[in-house]
Amino acid sequence: MSYLVADQLRGGYGGADILNGCSLSVDKGEIAVIVGPNGAGKSTAMKALLGMLKLREGSVTLGGQDITHMSPQDRVGQGIAFVPQTHNVFGGMTVEENLEMGAFLRTDNFSETMEQVYELFPILKQKRRQNAGELSGGQRQQVAVGRAMMTQPSVLMLDEPTAGVSPIVMDELFDRILEVKKQGIAVLMVEQNAAQALNIADKGYVLVTGTNKHTGSGDELLANPVVRRTFLGG
Amino acid sequence: MPEFVDILNAIVLFSNFVLVPAISYGAQLALGALGITMVYGILRFSNFAHGDMMAFGTTMVILVTWGFQAIGIGFGPLPTALLALPFGILGAVALSLAFDKTVYKFYRTKNSAPVIFVIVSTGVMFMTNAIVRFIIGPGDQRFMDGTKFIFRPREFKEFTGLSEGLALKSTQVLTLTIAIICVAALFYFLQKTRTGKAMRAFSDNKDLALLSGINPDRVVFITWIIVAALATTAGTLYGLDKSFKPFTYFMLLLPMFAAAIVGGIGSPIGAVVGGFVIAFSEVIVTYAYKKFFMYLLPESLEPTGLMQFLSTDYKFAVSFIILVVVLLIRPTGIFKGQSI
Repeated sequence: MSYLVADQLRGGYGGADILNGCSLSVDKGEIAVIVGPNGAGKSTAMKALLGMLKLREGSVTLGGQDITHMSPQDRVGQGIAFVPQTHNVFGGMTVEENLEMGAFLRTDNFSETMEQVYELFPILKQKRRQNAGELSGGQRQQVAVGRAMMTQPSVLMLDEPTAGVSPIVMDELFDRILEVKKQGIAVLMVEQNAAQALNIADKGYVLVTGTNKHTGSGDELLANPVVRRTFLGG
Repeated sequence: MPEFVDILNAIVLFSNFVLVPAISYGAQLALGALGITMVYGILRFSNFAHGDMMAFGTTMVILVTWGFQAIGIGFGPLPTALLALPFGILGAVALSLAFDKTVYKFYRTKNSAPVIFVIVSTGVMFMTNAIVRFIIGPGDQRFMDGTKFIFRPREFKEFTGLSEGLALKSTQVLTLTIAIICVAALFYFLQKTRTGKAMRAFSDNKDLALLSGINPDRVVFITWIIVAALATTAGTLYGLDKSFKPFTYFMLLLPMFAAAIVGGIGSPIGAVVGGFVIAFSEVIVTYAYKKFFMYLLPESLEPTGLMQFLSTDYKFAVSFIILVVVLLIRPTGIFKGQSI
């Protein structure tokens, strides 16, 4: 069984269900990517994993432990880190303070982790005294990922990390995410840039109206003619 | 050209009636505005009960001061009220936390809109107002003791030989000293400590703060403690400098809000600067400059009127005008607070 498993999730924000029995899983040292058309419930599925959505049915387990009814804060304490799509940095605080806030729950010395983050994102070290709100979009995403990494998570969830950044910056971000994976962290992300994301993915999920439409390794999905035609634009 | 001594006299006159009073009034407003700006930045509503919380804290300080005076405890040349201040702060903290638990928390869990919070705080304002009047009455209370002046106008005149006197009240020096200490301590807390940074993070981006594991209840709890302490300190200093009257404290709400907004609401440094901007504007436009110009202008040009822009009765209009102008021209204030 994988490290983080979501099984047969059903639920929504009241009213009709958005998730209709979707299942996801990701293991440590693995990248899983959720793709799919607008309104497919990609971000909602991620919110469900984080505990920000009330589930009617289904379960979420982390390392074999049932966390279905755990609050988002407690899940963060359990090692799930989340990078929201927007508003994902403390704009009025310096880069370094952003990272410190990421380590808020930690009682040990986190300077080593901070060095690792600076190693991963050298530009952040240069700009560490600058307010995160003054950085470019790509750099801000790096701060956001860095902040999440400060918790020393076992699972890193990213909601469209490359939304609104240039193709070059996107490639660089994906490179960094591969680095994160190599540290033995389970990475789960929702992506609009489906083809590029599936390229680095170990596992891909194509979600349509809240259910799994296609599942497979990144390469399999990229090679699948139906997936190519309907979701990847040819 | 006026003689050198006349220029000196004019400067002394100006200092005595404008500069020194405006500095101490500005420090009092700054402390009050800091409380307002912190509630706005962290709890996200305009706290109309702040002026009355000042009055409540000061009431507690006055009662304890009277108690101390009755059993003969004094603070030497300093006012006894300073000894009573910690007790007053405790009282204000207790009332703030009680209101939070019984009133604000209900709306916070419901995620109510800011405008509802404003109305709720108005209700809390009326309640606090009534509590204060029940305890101490609506009248004027003086509770200043200890040395009143550092130097009196007469002493200054004898010392310098000028015909204008300059008074320096001990409360004015105290106000400035305590305000500087409070502001420095607050800024250190917000910039350097883990809890302070967590509060800034919570104010900056609440959702992300929650995702980082920052405990919202603790942030709210500490905010009320700081705000109540600031309000009581500001109220006590104002009361020592002038006098305590519940209605006056309620009226202070306008200049304090104006100060917070001019500086940029949500920005602590803005609240401090805003406090001084409002205080100076109020004092400068309501001062009668007749004598000042008599020193500086030749006799033929001597002003016949009082040379007062606005009567002191209209001093609140000054903060109001500044408030409106700032909201029209630069809604985020001097230090780019949140736009409201």
